[in-house]
Parts: sequence; C-alpha cells; structure tokens
Amino acid sequence: MPDNSLLTLLIVLPFLGSLVTVMLASTSRNLAGGIAGAVALACHLLAWLLYVPVRDNQVVHAVYEWVPSLGLTVSLRLDGFAWLFALLVSGIGVLVVLYARYYMSAEDPVPRFFSFFQAFMGAMLGIVVSGNLILLVVFWELTSITSFLLIGYWHHNQAARDGARMSLTVTAIGGLGLLAGVMVIGHIVGSYDLDRVLASGDLIRAHPLYVPALLLVLLGALTKSAQFPFHFWLPNAMAAPTPVSAYLHSATMVKAGVFLMARLWPVLSGTPEWFMIVGLAGMASLVFGAYVAMFQQDLKGLLAYSTISHLGLITLLLSLGSPLALVAAIFHMMNHATFKASLFMAAGIIDHETGTRDLRKLSGLFRFMPITGTLVMVASAAMAGVPLLNGFLSKEMFFAEAVETHADSWLDTVAPYAAVLASALAVTYSMRLIHSIFLGKPPESFPREPHEPPFFMRLPVTLLVFACLVVGIVPGLTIGPYLHIAVTSVLGAATPEYSLAVWHGFTVPLIMSLVALVGGALLYLVIGDYLERAEGVFLLRRFQAQRIFEQVMVTVSWRWARFIETNLGTRRLQPQLRLLVFVAFAAALLSLFGSDIGLAPVQLAGTDWVFTGMWAVGVTCAIAAAHQAKFHRLAALALLGGTGLVTCMTFVWLSAPDLAVTQLVVEIVTTILILLGLRWLPKRSQALSEPLGPMARLRRLRDLTMAVAAGLGMTVIAYAVMTRPAPDTIADFFLEKAYSEGGGRNVVNVILVDFRGFDTLGEITVLGIVALTVFALLRRFRPAPDSVERPEQQRIQGAYDEAQPDRQAGATAADYLFVPSVIMQWMFPVIIMFSAYLFLRGHDSPGGGFAAGVAMAAGFILQYMAAGTIWVEDRLRILPVTWIGGGLLLALSTGIGAWVFGKPFLTSHAQYVDLPLIGKVPLATAALFDLGVLTLVVGATVLMLIALAHQSVRRLRASRIEEQQ
Amino acid sequence: MELTLAIAIGCLTGSGVWLLLRPRTYQVVIGLSLLSYAVNLFIFSMGRLRVGAAPVLEGSGAVNPADYADPIPQALVLTAIVIGFATTALFLVVLLAARGLTGSDHVDGREP
Repeated sequence: MPDNSLLTLLIVLPFLGSLVTVMLASTSRNLAGGIAGAVALACHLLAWLLYVPVRDNQVVHAVYEWVPSLGLTVSLRLDGFAWLFALLVSGIGVLVVLYARYYMSAEDPVPRFFSFFQAFMGAMLGIVVSGNLILLVVFWELTSITSFLLIGYWHHNQAARDGARMSLTVTAIGGLGLLAGVMVIGHIVGSYDLDRVLASGDLIRAHPLYVPALLLVLLGALTKSAQFPFHFWLPNAMAAPTPVSAYLHSATMVKAGVFLMARLWPVLSGTPEWFMIVGLAGMASLVFGAYVAMFQQDLKGLLAYSTISHLGLITLLLSLGSPLALVAAIFHMMNHATFKASLFMAAGIIDHETGTRDLRKLSGLFRFMPITGTLVMVASAAMAGVPLLNGFLSKEMFFAEAVETHADSWLDTVAPYAAVLASALAVTYSMRLIHSIFLGKPPESFPREPHEPPFFMRLPVTLLVFACLVVGIVPGLTIGPYLHIAVTSVLGAATPEYSLAVWHGFTVPLIMSLVALVGGALLYLVIGDYLERAEGVFLLRRFQAQRIFEQVMVTVSWRWARFIETNLGTRRLQPQLRLLVFVAFAAALLSLFGSDIGLAPVQLAGTDWVFTGMWAVGVTCAIAAAHQAKFHRLAALALLGGTGLVTCMTFVWLSAPDLAVTQLVVEIVTTILILLGLRWLPKRSQALSEPLGPMARLRRLRDLTMAVAAGLGMTVIAYAVMTRPAPDTIADFFLEKAYSEGGGRNVVNVILVDFRGFDTLGEITVLGIVALTVFALLRRFRPAPDSVERPEQQRIQGAYDEAQPDRQAGATAADYLFVPSVIMQWMFPVIIMFSAYLFLRGHDSPGGGFAAGVAMAAGFILQYMAAGTIWVEDRLRILPVTWIGGGLLLALSTGIGAWVFGKPFLTSHAQYVDLPLIGKVPLATAALFDLGVLTLVVGATVLMLIALAHQSVRRLRASRIEEQQ
Repeated sequence: MELTLAIAIGCLTGSGVWLLLRPRTYQVVIGLSLLSYAVNLFIFSMGRLRVGAAPVLEGSGAVNPADYADPIPQALVLTAIVIGFATTALFLVVLLAARGLTGSDHVDGREP
C-alpha cells in the first residue's frame, strides 16, 4: 500500500473502530476490548510500516480537498517528530486497552468506554499528523470533547461530572484561543499549511501580530498541558477510570500541549516574549507541581501533580530556545510517558486490590505484591531521576541546559536552582510513594485481602518499566535512532551534536543530580512523618486555583445567567415581543442612516381608484380585526378573512395567479382551522370586563405608538423599493430557461419543483414536521374545565329534542344545515377533481402541488363539517401520517433517481410523450416531485385539521366516562 | 398603485404589531396572520408591480424577460403562504394546549 494510504488509515481506523464499538451491546466486554486492542495495535503497526520513509527524512503527505476556497484541506503530514508521537500514542494505547480489559468492571457499559477511548486516540493521532493548522485545531477540540466523555465516564459520580466539566471548560477555552491564534498565523503567512508556516518563522516573528498570535497559541498549549496557572483541571480529571488517567497523563492530552509547542517551536520560539511566558509557566509548574505533590494523600493525586511538574520541566526546556534543550524536551516527553503510564496503571492495580488509594491507609504491601512492588519502585525511581533509568538521562540534559546561559534575564539565572529544587522534591515524593505503600508494617485491615493482579493486567506495567530500564542503560542502542529522526525533523540543519550516554564524567549536571538525590532523600527523612499526617499543602492551604475557577464559573454561569434570565427571559412574553419589535425597527432605521433612501415624489395621477377602493376595504378589515380580536373572536376571524381575500385579489391584479390560487385555498383552510379552535377558548365579555386603569392606558398608548411606527416604517421602505427601477436579478435566467430546460411554461412552478427543488424539499419537510408536532401536541390535549361542556347551541338543540316527545335525542343537531351539508357531500368528488386539475396543469399554467394539496385537504375537511367526524371516519379511511411519509419519500426518491443517471441530486428531466388519442403530453420528472409535494401537503393539512376536529369527539368520550362514574 | 400597496402593507403591519403586543393568545395568533399578509405582500412587491404580465410563458420560442413579472418573489411567497398556514396551525394548537393546561389564555399562562 502506498504510504499516504497508510497514513490515512492511521487516522480513519480509530474512528471507524469507535463507531463499530459503540453499537455493541453493553455486555459484550471482550469483543469491545478486542476491537479496541486490534485497532490500537493496527495503528501501532501502521506507524512501524511508515518507519522507512521517515527514517530517510522524507515527509509523508496525504491531502484531501475539504473547503479549498477557504484554504482548508484535510492534509495529513508525517515527519519524524509526528511519527515518534504516533508510535507512542498508539503503543501506549495498546497497553492501556489490555490493562483496561482487566480493570473495567463487568457492571460498567464497557463498549462505550472503548468507543470513547478509540475516538480519543484517533483525535490525538489526528493532532499529531495534521498538516493543516485548522485541521489540527479540529482534532485538538475533538480530544477535549472525547476526554470530557472519558473523564465523565462514571457519570453517576459527582466528582467525575465536575472533573469532566472542568477539564472541558478549561481545555475548550484554550482550544478557542488556539483557533484564534492559528487564524492570526494563517493571516500572517497566507496559508494554514504546516509546511508553509514552518518555513515562515522569520516572517511571523517580525510581524506586528506576533505577540497576539503567540499569546493565543500559548493559551491553547498551556491549558492543554495543565501548566500553571491552568493546572487545576488535571488533578480533578483523575475521577476518570484509571486507564484513562494513565493515557491522559502519559502519551496524550497533556502531551498535546507540549507537542504543539515543539511543533511550532521553529516558528514561534527564540524571542524574549516566548522565553518569558513559556519559561515562567514552565518553571512555576515545575516547582509548584513537585511541591504540592509531596502533600497529596491520594495516590493518583500525587501522580497528577507530579505530571504537572514534569510537564513544567518540558515546557521550561522548550522556552530556552536552544536546539539542545529541544532534544532534551522531546526525550523527556517519551520518558515521562513510559514511567507515568506505568505508575498510573500500578496505582489502579493497588486500588483494585486493596480498595483504597489513600496513602495514609496503605502500608506494607510489598509482602502481598512483590512483583508489582518492584515494578513501582523502578518506575518511581525513574520519576525521581535515579541513574540507570530513563528519567535520569533527560533530567541530566535538563540540568545541563539550565546551567547554560540563554538569555540575560533573572529567569535564566534562577533556572538551575529551581531545577535542583524541583528534582529534590521529586525524589521526596517518589520516596514517599514507595515508602508509604510498600514498606512499613503490614496493614491491619483492608477492605479485601490484597494479592498480585492477573498476569495480563500487570503485563503493560512490566513492559513499560522494562522500557524505562533498557532506555536508561543503553539509550544509544534503543531510543537513540528514533529520537534522532524526531529531532532532525524539527530542527533540520540546526540539529546539534548530542550524546545519549549514561556517563559523561564528573560534570556540573551530575553534581546537581547528586545534590538533588541526596537533598530529596534527606528531606524525606526529616519531614516524612509530617507528610503522612499533613492536612492540605503547607503554606499554600489558602491558595487554590480551583476555587478561583469555581468562583468565576459561578459568576458567569449563575449570577450573570440569572441576570440575563430575569431581564430577557421567556417567562413574560410581552416585554420580549416588544423588545423584538423594537430591535427590528431600530435595525431597519439604523441602516437607513447615512444612505439616501430616495423616496420618489408621491403622485396621485396614476392611481388606480378601484385598486385603492379594494384596499380601503382590506385595511378597514385589518384594523377592525385588530380592534375586535379580544372580545369578538368570530368577527375578528371573518375580518381577517376579508383582508386575506383582498390580498388574494391583489395577487390576481398584479400578475401572480399562482399566489392567488394558493392564497385562496389556504385562506379557506386557515379559517376552518381557527373556527375549530375557537370552541376551546374562554368566554370573554366586554360588558363584564373591568374598566382600564391609567397604567393600562399608558401601556396601550406605548404599544399603539410602536405599531404606528412599525407600520409607517414598512410603508416608507415598501414605497421606496417599489418606485425605484428593478435591478438585474437572476429572474431573467429563470424566465429564459424555464421552458427550454425545465420543460414548463409556469415559471413559478418550474422554480419550485425544478430550479430550486432542494429548497422546496426542505420546506415540505418543515411542513411535515409541523403537522406531526400539531398532532403530538393534540394527543395530550386536555381542555380547560370550563370548555368541557357542550356549546350553547347544541344544548338548546338538545333541550328542544327533549321537550318534544316525538323527537329523538340529537335529531335536531343531525338535521342542522341539512341542505348545505348534502351539497358539501356531493361536492367531494368535484373538489378532488378540481385539485387534480390544479395539479396537472401546474407545470404550464397557474396551479401546482401546493395549491392542489391544500384544495384536496379542504375537500376532506368539508366532509367532516358536513356530516361529523364519526360519520366520515366510518366511511373513509384517511391515513394522513402515511401520506406525509409517502409524499416525502416520493419527492426524495425522485431526487435520488437522478443519481441513477449520473446526474446531481434532484436533476429533472423533461420530455414530451405522444399518447394515442390525447396527443403530445409534457412529462417531466419534476411532475413526480410535485406529486410528492401534493401528497405531503394533503397529509399535513388534513392531519392538522382532523387532529383539531377530533377534539370534540374526545370531549364527548371524556364526558361520557364522567357520566358513567 | 405603488402608494396604495405601500400604505396597505403599513396598515397591515401596524395592526399585526399591535395585536402581537396584546396579552391574549388569540390576539397574537390573529396578529401573526395579519403580519404574515403584510410580509408576503412586501416580499412580493420587491419584484415590482406589473399588471397583465404573469410569469407564464407563451409559445415555445425565445423569451424576452422584460415581458414578464419577476417570478422569484412569487416562488418565495408561494411557499411562505403554505408555511404560514402551518405555523398558524402550530400556534393555534400551542395556545389551545396552554389554555387547557393552565386554564388561562394569557400569553404568559397566568393572569397578571
């Protein structure tokens, strides 16, 4: 397989695996673990397969178009540095999966865990091999999200939820900063392509926007790497299952931050700003993390603060801007990953075996778990920087660099002392870890008797500790060549001479190491007992970044949110609508400022007085409806219909026959619909209502002013637009192509079903959704108590029937409007035929699916009105939901049908077919689409009307049940 | 004719906005309907007013676009009419459900 396919596979496999795994049953523990393990192993092998080109200093590329117009490509790029990281991420991934298989309890939904895990691994690999900065940010945010899911995996646990939320808040804010920073870099360079960015270091550093870009990128990197002052999310993230912690703290997540800093090191580093910001953050984290780690009573807490400290070490190295420091930084990234992953896994084993992680309770475990104990001791020694282990080597390089002078600054002067101090503290907390867990007197009581874990649970730890040893003893033979590839890929020609040997003679760094080792050990002897009893961190009890974070969160997400909610919330609708109207008005007014609206002089000469008279009626209706809507609903509805009719006539007058037809039929069904609803509204009488108080009058005056202002504004804008000449629009295109390419003469219809068919598809989908929503809302409808009674008219009719001995109950109601109802029944086929006619002529003359659909629905509802719900449903089976689905499917499949002929979605085909006797008939696939529209519109309209009409039947049923009780 | 229609649009908008700000749900539904007439007419008028020039082509020869009214606002308004019907229905049902649940037809679900 070509290298670029291998590279693509490296990214695709984990996400694919994640998708497959998430669909497994929650009990299929082994299968889920097997898939995750296979995927991680496959990624690891893929990375090895890519070794050959990377060894030869080639950069493997795989580029796919994404949004080329915006400079976005899915560009994967694998050089030596990325390769080493891919190897690490996938390799430790394999070990963590193996470990997790034994760690996770059978009660947990394990497939979900492995699904998140694979997605997380994929995102991390994505960061590593991104060749485009925007793509890198996308993967970056993906790791934030997937780590959120992983940390919050035990979501029944409050601490897990809080930790997950905190890590997401902090790292996602950093991610947004990174996105902004990357965009600034893209702006400076003119490309997001990593190769081009890496080649433009001088340009970026000299640019006036360098500092903002640096600050934003560092915000992303430092939050991700849990560097001071953003470190606090990391200790809280240990509420995650231990395999997750082992992975987050070692090869991934926190390493993403330092990875990015190393990745952009050739571009951003070497300036005083870089040195000060990165150096300060690194040094603060280095010392602070180590100091706080000593005082932790939770085993995982100790390891978490140790991670902050070690990441600080790497950050500090990166800040120095010297190539040798970069070598040390990359080397320590690898070393830290190996010993920290093993230590976290061991912590999980201890927790698993004893039921506690509290250092005060743990003691003398060595006699129960000698092998695990030995492994932990070796790994802790590596963490402390004991010779012959890998941690020692990178720490020596760090000391050597700390002693060197890189910049004339107090920070550089302090660096060696800080380095020795932090290393001494690391020795202290490592000794504390070993001593309080494994040595000392045997425990008096444990929740359960501890013993060695299963072999395969310990295997990952064993392998990692073995790696620490081998790298520590023969670094040149093991990690040497791979490290060299990574270093040269970042530094290129500037790669310095360096040696990975264990013994360099009696040098200053060696003396510093010895001082740190002895000093740390002595410190532990002195304060070890105190540490065992310590409550909180000495001198820093009051200082908790977490508390500051929480206060900020409370302010933002509670106080401010409450302020906004009380002032702009939805509890009261009227102020909101007022605000809405006001904002709309102000926005329109604002845009008029500074531009010449150019009102044409008002001319009464050309006025068509018939048209004006028509609108005099229309406007009167509208204003009267507004006036009557409170106390005379039926009158308001009739007046509304009057305005609708005038609107409809306006469409006829002004060359829009399609609109007129549609408006007319819609007017009919709207009126029926509201009529059906009127019955459920409370009675309100003008005579009984209280007179208006002064405040209410004032409110009305304000609303009236707003209404008049809005109306005037619309008049002015409408008049201004209508009186100016029409600009060139795409209308000409539609008019010219409607017949020649769309095969229809009715341009409006051709636009709807052909040119803009996709829009129409969206619109009918909305229509279907609204109809289903109406249906769903009405299924749970309970009328208010005062509306349950029969309407007054029916009661009078019922009383008349009872009063007359020769009449049956309900006979008058049945006879009511007998002649019109017979006519309405007879009209049914006529209306159906009319609707079919509207549909068939639609492509060439006014009509079409929408109008035909609403007309047909009106035909159905007329039957309900004429004979009642029960009568109709005894005779007619109407399945509106099926119609909605069928219509949507028909429209969709017409669109998809175009694919069969190799055309884009919804391409229509028009042709004339010669039928015997009838002659030439136009036949376009658009007609099929229109049929789908028709079917859906019928279904949706009928569904809404029937659902509402049904309520009276349900009321009857409800009252009958009441009577029986 | 332009002036008449502009004034009509303004009056419909004013009536609609007035009702929109009223406290009773039914008033709001009627107001929204009036407002949707106004908006439909407004969008329609963006294509300028033409008499006797319906965008229905004659014959099958070359087309002179100047002979016909602008079909795009018409196509927009056509779907807007149908969607407007759907939203009216939705609002109506929401108002009925709210009235059933709260016993009040005030827009806030309780009497002030």
